[in-house]
Amino acid sequence: MNPYIPILVIGAFGFGFGVFSIVAAALTGPKRYNRAKAAAYECGIEPSPQAQGGGRFPVKYFLTAMLFIIFDIEIVFLYPWAVSFDQLGLFGLVEMVLFIGTVFVAYAYVWRRGGLEWD
Amino acid sequence: MTSNNLVYLIALPLFSSGFLMMLGRRADKWGHIFATLISASAFGIGAFEFLQMLARPSESRAVTQKLFSWISVGTFQVDASLLLDQLSISFVLLITGVGTLIHIYSIAYMSHDLDRRRFFAFLNFFIAAMLLLVLGDSYLNLYVGWEGVGLASYLLIGFWNQKPEYATAAKKAFIANRVGDVGLSLAIMIAFATFGTVSFAGVEEKVSGASTAALTGIGLMLLLAATGKSAQFPLQSWLGDAMAGPTPVSALIHAATMVTAGVYLITRSNFIFDNAPTAQLCVVIIGAITLMFGALIGTAKDDIKKALAASTMSQIGYMILATGLGPVGYAFAIMHLLTHGFFKAGMFLGAGSVMHGMDDEVNMRKYGGLGKLMPITAITFGLGYLAIIGVPPFAGFYSKDKIIETAFNSEGIKGLFIGGAALLGALVTAFYMTRVIILTFTGAKRWDEKAHPHESPFLMWGPMAILAIGSVASGFLLSSGNRFVSWLAPVVNSHEVEHAERFQPVVVTTMALVAVLIGVAIAIAKYRSDVPRVAPTNVNIFTKIARRDLLQDDFNEAVLMRPGQALTNFLVATDERAIDGAVRTVGAVVIGSSKGIRKTQNGFVRSYALLILFGAFALLATIWVVTL
Amino acid sequence: MSDTPVLQYSFLAPILIVLGGAVIGVLLEAFAAAKRRAVLQLTLTLGTLFIAFLSLLRIRNLTSAKAAMGSVMIDGPTILMQGTILLIAFFAVMIIGDVDNFTAQASAVPGSDEEKSALQAGRQQTEIFPLTLFAVAGMLLFPAANDLVTLFVALEVLSLPLYLMAGLSRHRRLFSQEAALKYFLLGAYASAFFLFGAAFLYGFSYSVTLSGIHAAVIGGTANNIFLLIGLTFISLGLLFKVGAVPFHAWTPDVYQGAPTPITGFMAAATKVAAFGAMLRIYYVTFAEANWNWRPILTVIAIATMLVGSIVAITQRDIKRMLAYSSIAHAGFLFTGVIALNKAGLAATLFYLLAYGFATIGAFGVITLVRDSSGEITDLNRWAGLGRRSPKIAALFSFFLFAFAGIPLTSGFIGKFAIFTAAYESGNIGVVVVGVLSSAIAAFFYIRVIVMMYFADDNGDSLTVVIPSPLTSIAIWVSGGVTLVLGVYPTPVLNAINTLATFIR
Repeated sequence: MNPYIPILVIGAFGFGFGVFSIVAAALTGPKRYNRAKAAAYECGIEPSPQAQGGGRFPVKYFLTAMLFIIFDIEIVFLYPWAVSFDQLGLFGLVEMVLFIGTVFVAYAYVWRRGGLEWD
Repeated sequence: MTSNNLVYLIALPLFSSGFLMMLGRRADKWGHIFATLISASAFGIGAFEFLQMLARPSESRAVTQKLFSWISVGTFQVDASLLLDQLSISFVLLITGVGTLIHIYSIAYMSHDLDRRRFFAFLNFFIAAMLLLVLGDSYLNLYVGWEGVGLASYLLIGFWNQKPEYATAAKKAFIANRVGDVGLSLAIMIAFATFGTVSFAGVEEKVSGASTAALTGIGLMLLLAATGKSAQFPLQSWLGDAMAGPTPVSALIHAATMVTAGVYLITRSNFIFDNAPTAQLCVVIIGAITLMFGALIGTAKDDIKKALAASTMSQIGYMILATGLGPVGYAFAIMHLLTHGFFKAGMFLGAGSVMHGMDDEVNMRKYGGLGKLMPITAITFGLGYLAIIGVPPFAGFYSKDKIIETAFNSEGIKGLFIGGAALLGALVTAFYMTRVIILTFTGAKRWDEKAHPHESPFLMWGPMAILAIGSVASGFLLSSGNRFVSWLAPVVNSHEVEHAERFQPVVVTTMALVAVLIGVAIAIAKYRSDVPRVAPTNVNIFTKIARRDLLQDDFNEAVLMRPGQALTNFLVATDERAIDGAVRTVGAVVIGSSKGIRKTQNGFVRSYALLILFGAFALLATIWVVTL
Repeated sequence: MSDTPVLQYSFLAPILIVLGGAVIGVLLEAFAAAKRRAVLQLTLTLGTLFIAFLSLLRIRNLTSAKAAMGSVMIDGPTILMQGTILLIAFFAVMIIGDVDNFTAQASAVPGSDEEKSALQAGRQQTEIFPLTLFAVAGMLLFPAANDLVTLFVALEVLSLPLYLMAGLSRHRRLFSQEAALKYFLLGAYASAFFLFGAAFLYGFSYSVTLSGIHAAVIGGTANNIFLLIGLTFISLGLLFKVGAVPFHAWTPDVYQGAPTPITGFMAAATKVAAFGAMLRIYYVTFAEANWNWRPILTVIAIATMLVGSIVAITQRDIKRMLAYSSIAHAGFLFTGVIALNKAGLAATLFYLLAYGFATIGAFGVITLVRDSSGEITDLNRWAGLGRRSPKIAALFSFFLFAFAGIPLTSGFIGKFAIFTAAYESGNIGVVVVGVLSSAIAAFFYIRVIVMMYFADDNGDSLTVVIPSPLTSIAIWVSGGVTLVLGVYPTPVLNAINTLATFIR
């Protein structure tokens, strides 16, 4: 059997699910329009118009999400190392310290320049 | 053999020149002395190399120095290399030796000029370029020096460019030289196409395999180059006007060295001319025409420098004539070039000395009787005079007599013609040079009351005296025991060929001396009595023509300039209508398509992305098609 | 117990030093006092690049060494390209060092009070320096990458900082931000193609290393559809980076919008890195599949040369004109790539060096021509500049001559070498188009010179500011390099010829 057939099957399932979801939502969902429905997010702060006084972009959600992702990814790398750190030995330890150190530098920058303050 | 010193010959004056130019006014106080010392040290290096060369056996006297590989494109390889052999060393010693004397002279001559430092910087630059010209081991390296001396000449002729006519003279010299330069560059191109190399050694090696047509082409183009640089017919007209430059420049560049570059070029290319009889014949003809041409102009000039310039033209005609006579002639040509370098430079410096004492008056009709007031100038000038007209035992006798003799002895009717021309030239030379002497140094004084002729300072007459010694002794030194001929033999491939001589040397010498005597006698008879201060106008048509430089400018104007202008007008008209029309159409198409393509650049990132997607599909499609 | 990986730090030293400098730069941003940051950052950045160059010199004799478990190839071309990038970056940073070209506070809304107060407080966005270093690190890795994953990582490391830097212009900020966003979106789009292509190549060869793919190309049938799709999409990612037609559309907008020093850096250094990677991929990996990619690349080369030259003619903005000129130059460089011989490789490497320095210099000069509102890039307002600032105008003319390929400039030698290589490989059509486009291109370069020297002075308020010492050094050195490479290129050509051999 061609090794790519399972991939094709998964692809087909994914496509099918997408189509099904849209069609099903359109057919079964209630249609009650109001202002909140027309907004970009049904919950949360309006991205526009900008905050009073022409201040900063309202990018705090985005920034927070990005910071979360950075630390999240760090964990992703830590897991495989944790599993096999005894085999990787000193090399693995040093590399991991370097990696965490680098991420920490970014953290220090964000912290010092006020990225963690929600004012 | 290699040597590591050659590069300093060129580098020293070159850097000195740049140095003086860059320092500007700060170097005004000592710039002239510095430049003179540099020139002298170049002479020192030259002399050192000369002595080393003498110590070596004659077949291994040439030395080379590779500086760097200059152009290396595919199979085309040109190294910037220098070659010092018996021919180049002769020039090196002449250039640096006479050059240094003229530097010394100029210290005094230019002492009142505000721009003396710049003048010396230019002189040093000229020395560097001229040395590169004679030291380059390939036509391309020679070409660099060739252009360099052209530039130096242009800058120095127009040194006093505040006078518009001087600037015009500089431009005229430059343009006439450019015509010649085209010849040189064409010669180089043909040589490269024919031989695949442009080095002297490489071309010489392959010359036997080349067609006569190609060799003739190269030869004629080289001759064109030589006529431009050496003021030979038909590109001779610039030399007279070049006298606008300061007199030391006339002595160094337009008498002793640069104008002889054409002789050097032909001698250096002997392997080409010896295999291209047609080109060689043209060389002889050009030489014969020019030597008569210059001599005739010389008879009518009242301007002392222009008379000397005409004489230079004529003497170089002799040299060119000699180079056209084949292996036997080269050595005599170079020998005459060296002796001429001494006596003509000496006479120019003498003329400068006279002008110095006469408030820059150049009209000989306003001199007269200066011999008593300027004894040293008169004596040194007189020695040069005896040398140029060929009175034994002065230098010119040995070299010119040999040329006349060789000319007479070349084969067939040709020999009689060119020998006759050379002999007649000697007669006319004797006439006009005697005229110069009489008008300037003897007779009654004809100058204005304000002029106070006086002898020049030591710094000026010192160099003149040394050059006068050269005018006296150099001919004998070079020719005794056939010394110079055998010295140069390895370069010009001349081996003693004994062929039937039509005239015995003693016959030719006698004829030449008789011709000189006749010329001198006519001059004395004509100018013994009082000379009018203003040139008489009721003279015959020939004198008028001679005064107008044998109509050379009229000729250029009528034959070259007017048709040239007409052609230019025609071309401009054609250019505007036809060619510009075509170009504009192309331009319009280009601009139109430019505007068309610009529309895709609409600023919307979505369109750009679509374009990329489209490109991706196009790539896929192409690769698909190509692979099928 | 598996073997622990070995990285060969010394071989990677140039890259690691630059990355280390960038990290220290971030720390400086975090902890150094705001007033001293600019000076500190500039010193740090130049020092880092200098030390990286020294460490590169230490390994210059390596002609076939692998580092990081075979992911990074250190061979002659790598050394040459890394050297070129470091040199170009060094002088580009000197021009970038004039931080007044950059916005005071990138996060402030253009035209807002906050922006004004930031300007008045004299704040500076010195993050530009670590960003430059990160980009340089990516560029150093890009031509050395020996597997597709490293290649992709390097691509992103070099691209992401550039997206940001493009948006930091002090004047015309909206325009600059638009450019940055466009660059980012299209760059991401092209990266996606690149990654997609990498996936297909993995599917074709079951390997991500270039040598593994090469083995599969030799062993397998060249018609394999996965190979073709993979090759196409990988090429697309690279073609986008160098601005080849039809993936060039971002170039004019971004070059015009980005701060001028960044444009210069981007134009010069990114080209080196991208062409470096492209040369390695085509010469090493797909050399045997050249029947597939050469015709396409030939078409692209021709289209790129023509579109770049033709559209540049109608440009009225100097930066935009130079953007199209850079597109045309990418086309000229392609002729070297498709020559697929050693001469082509050497010529391309020389051209990259020559073009890089001329570009740094030219954009450096543009930063100097200003009026009260900032840089003036409208060509019409450059009229008569030659009379007011003869030196700067002469230098700029010299760079334009180099772009046009006039003898005695590096551009002439570069074009001559690259067209010769293409001619020798038999691609005469490309050479003809190349020469024609050069002729077209010469027109708009010369037009600028005519504007500067012969057009009537329009009495404009435009002035040429006195360059800071560093900027002067950078532009005059660039001019010097352009001259030396044009007059006496032999040593450089020889060095390139000895080193220019790819190792698989």
